[in-house]
Amino acid sequence: MNAMQATRLVAAREIRVKLRDRTFLISTVVFLLIAAAATILPPLLSGGPSTVAVTEAAAGPLRAAGLEVLAVPDDAAAEQAVRDGDADAAVVTGPAVLAMNDAPGDVVSALSTEPPVRLLNPDAVDPVVAFLVPFAFAFIFFLTSQTFGVQIAQSIIEEKQTRIVEILVAAVPVRALLAGKMLAGTILALGQIALVAVVAVAGMAFGDNGALLSLLGPAIGWFVPFFLLGFVLIASMWAAAGALVNRLEDIGGVSMPVQLAVMLPFFAVIFLNDNVTAMRVLSYLPFSSPTAMPLRLFNGDAAGWELVVSLALLLITAAGFLLAGARVYEGSLLRTNGRTSIRTAWRERETLG
Amino acid sequence: MTNVLRLDGVDRSFGDRQVLRNVSFDVVAGRMTGFVGGNGAGKTTTMRIILGVLAADAGQVTWQGEPLSREVRRRFGYMPEERGLYPKMSVREQVTYLGQLHGLTAEAARRATDELLERVGLAERGNDLLDTLSLGNQQRAQIAAALVHDPEVLVLDEPFSGLDPLAVDTVVGVLRERAAAGAPVLFSSHQLDVVERLCDDLVIIADGSIRAAGSREQLRSAYTTARYELVVETDAGWLRDQPGVSLVDLDGARAVFDLATDADEQQVLRAALERGPVRAFRPVTPTLAEIFREVAK
Repeated sequence: MNAMQATRLVAAREIRVKLRDRTFLISTVVFLLIAAAATILPPLLSGGPSTVAVTEAAAGPLRAAGLEVLAVPDDAAAEQAVRDGDADAAVVTGPAVLAMNDAPGDVVSALSTEPPVRLLNPDAVDPVVAFLVPFAFAFIFFLTSQTFGVQIAQSIIEEKQTRIVEILVAAVPVRALLAGKMLAGTILALGQIALVAVVAVAGMAFGDNGALLSLLGPAIGWFVPFFLLGFVLIASMWAAAGALVNRLEDIGGVSMPVQLAVMLPFFAVIFLNDNVTAMRVLSYLPFSSPTAMPLRLFNGDAAGWELVVSLALLLITAAGFLLAGARVYEGSLLRTNGRTSIRTAWRERETLG
Repeated sequence: MTNVLRLDGVDRSFGDRQVLRNVSFDVVAGRMTGFVGGNGAGKTTTMRIILGVLAADAGQVTWQGEPLSREVRRRFGYMPEERGLYPKMSVREQVTYLGQLHGLTAEAARRATDELLERVGLAERGNDLLDTLSLGNQQRAQIAAALVHDPEVLVLDEPFSGLDPLAVDTVVGVLRERAAAGAPVLFSSHQLDVVERLCDDLVIIADGSIRAAGSREQLRSAYTTARYELVVETDAGWLRDQPGVSLVDLDGARAVFDLATDADEQQVLRAALERGPVRAFRPVTPTLAEIFREVAK
């Protein structure tokens, strides 16, 4: 048996155990429901054109504008229809537009002549969508790298805490053990995201959001490699953090830097997403690039070479962290007395490899 | 090359503290080798080095004349002192998993697991999560985990601690089978009576150094003094005046004494018979505990 097979066995066990974990299953279902709700509900709720109460005589232009017309005998009846909620608005003699608390834009524009408008630099994307998408990307990365990173740390601690690790390292290379856990975490994370993505895409198709889908397509395509490398980066830190302690209760002490490394970029991307310079910087920094770069692409701000450079930077950083994480893991795995300092772990590699 | 697991000049320090000094001994195929020593004497460190869980600072470990590689060690069975399996996995599943990690195919691992669980009396509980089992049953699972891949060499750190007498018998039976099938079996234990009953060979370690190693008989005769027990009908106090005899213990009709090298035990027996009937006369061999105390001093 070689290291590859060992890695596969370890990964298969991790996945098997996780797929039986009730918390994991429930959280996945919740994600799917959120994705479905977020994509299917808004078009349904926006409810189509306004209903206008109007006398038959004045109904012509409104019908022509594609509004629902509720024909009423007179102005009083029209007003009553609005008050009763039978119509969103009424048009009465004047002409005047009646509505409860919100001027009905589509009715007003049906009755008025607007000058032609020519936008010199139109938004590629609806501003609402432009706000929601970065949030969704950052949120997915944040949540997934956090959830599955913690899971990797927990599984490492469990093996240290129960001391089964001694049997394991006597049988398989330490690195295969770590690789198996990282592989399992990545597969589970990607699997969960893929499921969410499938539901979201189906939801958009169902909700007639085909245009948004074609806009999101390339961003999602780039999100995958960025996400993968970003995940390896974060997971390496979690692995090292987990290897330094011996009991699940102690993980809080070592996980702080990792939490910050995930949280700060998350909030930076959320809050600075309309600041072009900040986003350019964030899209190159390895901890924020997994969300910031696909976002700039989505907003039409990123050139192709930028993506490649940023991805390369992320790749180098992730590889560096992976090696460092593996070294700390090897150096602290068998130190089962209290917490190991990073420095000790770095110097001491006990096993014969 | 003979089937010997050999440690040769193994040193190991943790920081400034040297815990193993020039540790050398053999574990011979087909024999049960007991490894005894006080707390902190270096038993666990030695076993971890054999399994490659720890590296030696100097010296080497060979099996069949070859230095150990991971491939070779994978065919070893190991039971660490601090027990541990996955608490939230079923016994059957994790024993199978460990079998696969040691190179068995999924099918072979399943078969071996079923046989072993049957053998150690856990077949009924195979599908239960480990942490729902009693401590004794968890120990049995641990034994199964060490044996699932039909190891060539067995290294067991305190395999009997925490076992009830029935479980000890089960485990002893399983280990003897493996030894009889040609595997060298090295086991450590604090329970010297169990070791005495079980081992063919013995290695005694104290303070990181091997103090004695050899077959049980060899050690016995090496540490046997010319000591005898005599039981007569009445009082045995006359032995005090017998030439060449120094009394160790006298209790009415029963006496234990050491004999000078030039004295003849038959002469003492004749002297006893002249005084009346002799109920018992036998050489006293030291128990393992006595040898251990002597050697580890």
